[in-house]
Parts: sequence; C-alpha cells; structure tokens
Amino acid sequence: MNSSLSPEQQEQYQHPDTIRRLLRATDTIAMVGLSSSPQKASQFVATYLQHQGYHIVPVHPKADSILGETAYPDVESVPGPVDVVNVFRPPHECPTYAEQAAAIGADALWLQLGIVSPEAAAIADEHGLDVVMDRCMKMEHGRYQGGMHWMGMNTGVITAQRGRRQV
Amino acid sequence: MLTSVCKTLGRLPTPTVELSVTTLPPRMSPDSDTSPASSSPPSNGTPSAAGAGRDFGFETRMLHAGHIPDAETGSRAVPIHQTTSYVFDDTNYAAQLFELKAYGNIYTRINNPTTAAFEERIASLANAVGAVATASGMAAELVALMTLLEPGDEIVASAHLYGGTRTLFTNTFQKLSVEASFVEPNDLDAWDAAITDDTKVLYGETIGNPQGSVLDIEPLVELADAHGLPLIIDNTFATPYLCRPLDWDVPLVVQSATKFIGGHGTSIGGVVLDGGSFDFTTIDAVAEPSDSYHGLKFPDTFGHQGYLMKTRAETLRDTGASLSPFNAFQLIQGLETLSVRVERHVDNAQAVAEHLHEHPRVERVAYPGLPGNPYHALAQKYLPKGPGAIFTFELSPDGQAPRAAGKTFIENLQLFSHLANVGDARSLVLHPASTTHQQLSDEEMRASGLSPGMIRLSIGLEDTNDLLWDLDQALHAISQ
Repeated sequence: MNSSLSPEQQEQYQHPDTIRRLLRATDTIAMVGLSSSPQKASQFVATYLQHQGYHIVPVHPKADSILGETAYPDVESVPGPVDVVNVFRPPHECPTYAEQAAAIGADALWLQLGIVSPEAAAIADEHGLDVVMDRCMKMEHGRYQGGMHWMGMNTGVITAQRGRRQV
Repeated sequence: MLTSVCKTLGRLPTPTVELSVTTLPPRMSPDSDTSPASSSPPSNGTPSAAGAGRDFGFETRMLHAGHIPDAETGSRAVPIHQTTSYVFDDTNYAAQLFELKAYGNIYTRINNPTTAAFEERIASLANAVGAVATASGMAAELVALMTLLEPGDEIVASAHLYGGTRTLFTNTFQKLSVEASFVEPNDLDAWDAAITDDTKVLYGETIGNPQGSVLDIEPLVELADAHGLPLIIDNTFATPYLCRPLDWDVPLVVQSATKFIGGHGTSIGGVVLDGGSFDFTTIDAVAEPSDSYHGLKFPDTFGHQGYLMKTRAETLRDTGASLSPFNAFQLIQGLETLSVRVERHVDNAQAVAEHLHEHPRVERVAYPGLPGNPYHALAQKYLPKGPGAIFTFELSPDGQAPRAAGKTFIENLQLFSHLANVGDARSLVLHPASTTHQQLSDEEMRASGLSPGMIRLSIGLEDTNDLLWDLDQALHAISQ
C-alpha cells in the first residue's frame, strides 16, 4: 500500500511484524536529518514520537539542540546505545548511515516514507540490522496505536480482540 | 524496552496499556487507566498479528474495519460518541493537537470517534488511504473541490451529472469565481478540448444520473494524468461493492452515503476518499504553505495522507460540513450489510429491466445490464457484479400525451414510493416531467437529456414478483 517497493521488498522491508517489534522494543531513536524548523515533516514525526515516550537524539551538522535534546553532528558521535537510526535524508546518503548504524551497534535502520535505498538496506542486512524502508515511523506507530484511525485513515488493522489498539 | 520508556512518563499502570494513554484523549481512550483490571484482557507483550499479515475480504471488512472493541467497555457495536468536544491530556498535548503534531480528537466538527469508525470502514472498502465523512453527498463534493480550487479556476465535468451537482458547479461555485464546462462523458476529445490553463480538476460519475451512462474510467484517468490534473469520480450509484474507482487509479472519489451505503433511507451523509496515488505536491492549492498552520505544507508533511489531512483540518473545519455522530452510526449499520443488499438490488433491477424491456407499454429501458444497451460492454468491464439498481425507462403511451401517461402510471403504483431519492431498501419512482422538471416544456426536457414520458426507478429489496406485478398493473392503467 502506497509504496514504490515491489511486493517482495515490502515483505522484507515493511513487514508489520518487524515494524511492531521495533516500535515495541525501541527506546532511543537517532534521527538523521531532523530539521530545526518546526513546520518540517521530521519535526512532526519527532514531536509525536517524543510524546509517545521515545528518546529522540537529533543528528544535525549545525544545530546544538532540537526539541530540547542535544544534537550531534553525525551518527557515530551519539553517546549511549541507539536502538533505531531513523533517516530523513536523500537515498544516495543512506549507505553511509547504514554503515554508521552498524558501527554504533544499532538494532535497526529505518528510512522514512519516500526514501528507498536497496544499497543501504543490503549493508544493514549484512550487519544483522533490521531494515524498514519507505515507511513513516509516526504513521506506523499511529496505525497500530490508533491515532491514525482517529483521523479517518485506513490503518488496515482488523481484529475482534478486545483492547487491541496498541503497537 | 518500551515498558521502561513509558515508566518515565509516570502514569501508566500496565505494560500493555501504556501507549494508548499517552495520546488518546481520555473520552475515547480504549485503555483508560480508570478501567478495572478485570476488564482489560490484553495479554502481555505479544499482540496478535491484528490483521496486519492478511488481506481480509470485502465482507469481513464491512463488519470489522475501523472498529476494534475497546478495552474499557468491550462494546461490540460501534458506540455513538455523541459529544461536541474532548478533554485534553495537558496543555502541551493540546498545543500539539492544534498544530496537527499529535493525532487525536479536538472537536466534532473536525473529527469524532463514531465518525472515524465509519470513515475507516468505508476507506477500507474503497481501498482508500483514508476518508473524510461529510454532512451529505453534496457536502462531500463541496469540501473535496474547495480543497483543490481557488478563484479563477475551472472544472471540466461530465454532462451526465446529478442535477444538484450541476447547480453546485454552475450557481454556487460561480459565486466563488469558479467556472465549469460540461462534456459528453465518453468523448475523450471533448474532455481534452475543454481543458484550459485554468482547469484544476476533472469530474464525472461512475454511473451518470439519470442517463445510466457508464463512464469509461481508464482512458479518462490517462488523459487526466497527461494533463497533471486530479480526477474526481462520484461513485454514489455503484458503491464500493460494485465498483472501486480508486483501483483504476482515479485519484479521488466522492460518494453520497445517503443512498445504498445507508440503505435504510434514514440518514443523510457523504464521504471523500483518496486513493493515495496522486501527487498533490504538484497542485498549488493543496501544496502551498498553509496560513492557518504556520506555513505547514500538507503533502510534504503528511505524504499520501496530505490531501485528506488538509480537507479535514482546513476545509471541514472552516465549512462545518461535518457528519453527525448519530448519522455516522446509522451509516455504519448500512455498511455492515452492503454486499448482501446490493447483490439483491442488482438482481431485482436486472429482472425488472428485462421485464419492462419486453412490455408493450414501454418504449425503451436504459439499463446497462441489458445486452442491447450502449453501455453494456463498459458495465461488464467496470461493474462486473451489476450496473446498480437505478435506471430510467420511456413509456409508450399508446396515443396519449406522454406527460399525462406518466402521471397516470405513477398514481397507480402501489408498492413503488413516489419521492425524490434513490438507493433506499424500498423501491422508488420519480416522473421528472410531473415533478422535478414540471416547469420545463417537452422540448426543453429533451434538450436536457430527459423526456416527458421518462420514469426513473430505484429498485429495492422487495419480492421480485411483487415489483413486476405493481409495474404491470400501473402500466395497464395507462391504456384504460
């Protein structure tokens, strides 16, 4: 649904089980390309995820801090464990972030909606990271947790089990 | 682990309920921390696939899409959330809601939990990324188009349109300096010739009202794409059960839910659906920074949900054309039996059309389900389960004036309800020459594609033989 990936790639890089496992298991998200401008998409995503309790670490070449969190110039400078490296940068830069994500021991590389880099995915795969591509972390969280539903969107989540609106 | 993350927020009682509490306004939070532990069955950390791994069928989605029984009450039916507004978690959360940075309910003019269940359900059935429900089908057209158009823009539309849509385009939109031109629906050259630099949208109906013409969707989508224009299709007569224009890459669908969606004839409503295939960053009216949201660019920020987010957060907010929660509830009841009802509507319509086709008092029947109909091939392509249940036929009045014959026919019907609606569970009839178009001369009627002896039927769910009996006895009365 709404992805330029092939069905096989979707199975590999957009699998609901992988997405939900990551959303449940993640604590710290390093956001590469998080803008310091409040009206950019990356700020919408970061603000939402922060409010959901995730620790957002901005990766930005110039900014000192974004959304109250200290920013670091590159992925490798981020101190402490990082669970997900979440990327808002063009595809040609992504292989570098895949290498860096592996180098700092992240669990997953997550390329945002509209960003597709099979090369980066292959690198991350090779190092044993989970990979999500062409998906928005906010939308995916909202899909399972229910926020997206309140806006009239089609989450695709169907169950008769009580209280299952959760990631 | 998220468990530890959420503990830092300091208000979350059990691992499985933590996430919901942080974003959902308390009014409709399924996992409110006020719920007794015993009523909260969610297990510990291994949620089911919850449908994520399976593409459920149409009928399953009619009953389940858009509603998950909440943890607090377990209500199996969708509850009616008859509330105007919703308590905010805190000021920070309220600010995020108003900036559209958090998902949630603000005010029922913008969204409502019952309406959201209807929206997600019909979006699922239409294979849309989402839906915006509206007060009526006309309101759906209004908000869908107002999101796209600015003064000076033009609409190119099929000439086979519901009369209300036509007057919206020619009268009301003219006051907003939006002009419309009308073309034969399946004349691609005519569409092409009518498109100017100011054209911003193309508009048609899956099944034209009342002509019963089936739109050739595929080439029209290609033409619209070649011009970089969004195409909107009104799918009211077909419903998502008989035709899903979004599957043919139509960008936007509007639909009256008053008709077959509800089916009961109790509630007015409408819906705007986006298939997510059209790139709205190319449409200035949608893509430009929003003054009321600090320069937010909707398609940039919300991706394929951008058009619908703008339609809701700006157009619906500003026009107030929202569906009421009670009507949303009523329309949900209709959706739950949509396929079963529409199948029977279509079967009855086919039987009635075939019967009238053979009747000596009938000149012609305009139903695409009949092999001789000019739209029969298109109907088989786009509406393989049947071309709906609304059609017109022409009386053969046996020497009488057709207008008078029509009047006699209508007045002798026992089961068909004489009124101006379609898509009710009951069979309906209208004689335009003695009602909606009575002020027009015979010649003027023919000029607008109607005729003095034309009868419009909307075939309901009654016993088929009873419908044939009723039509026969009323036709017989003409020659008395």
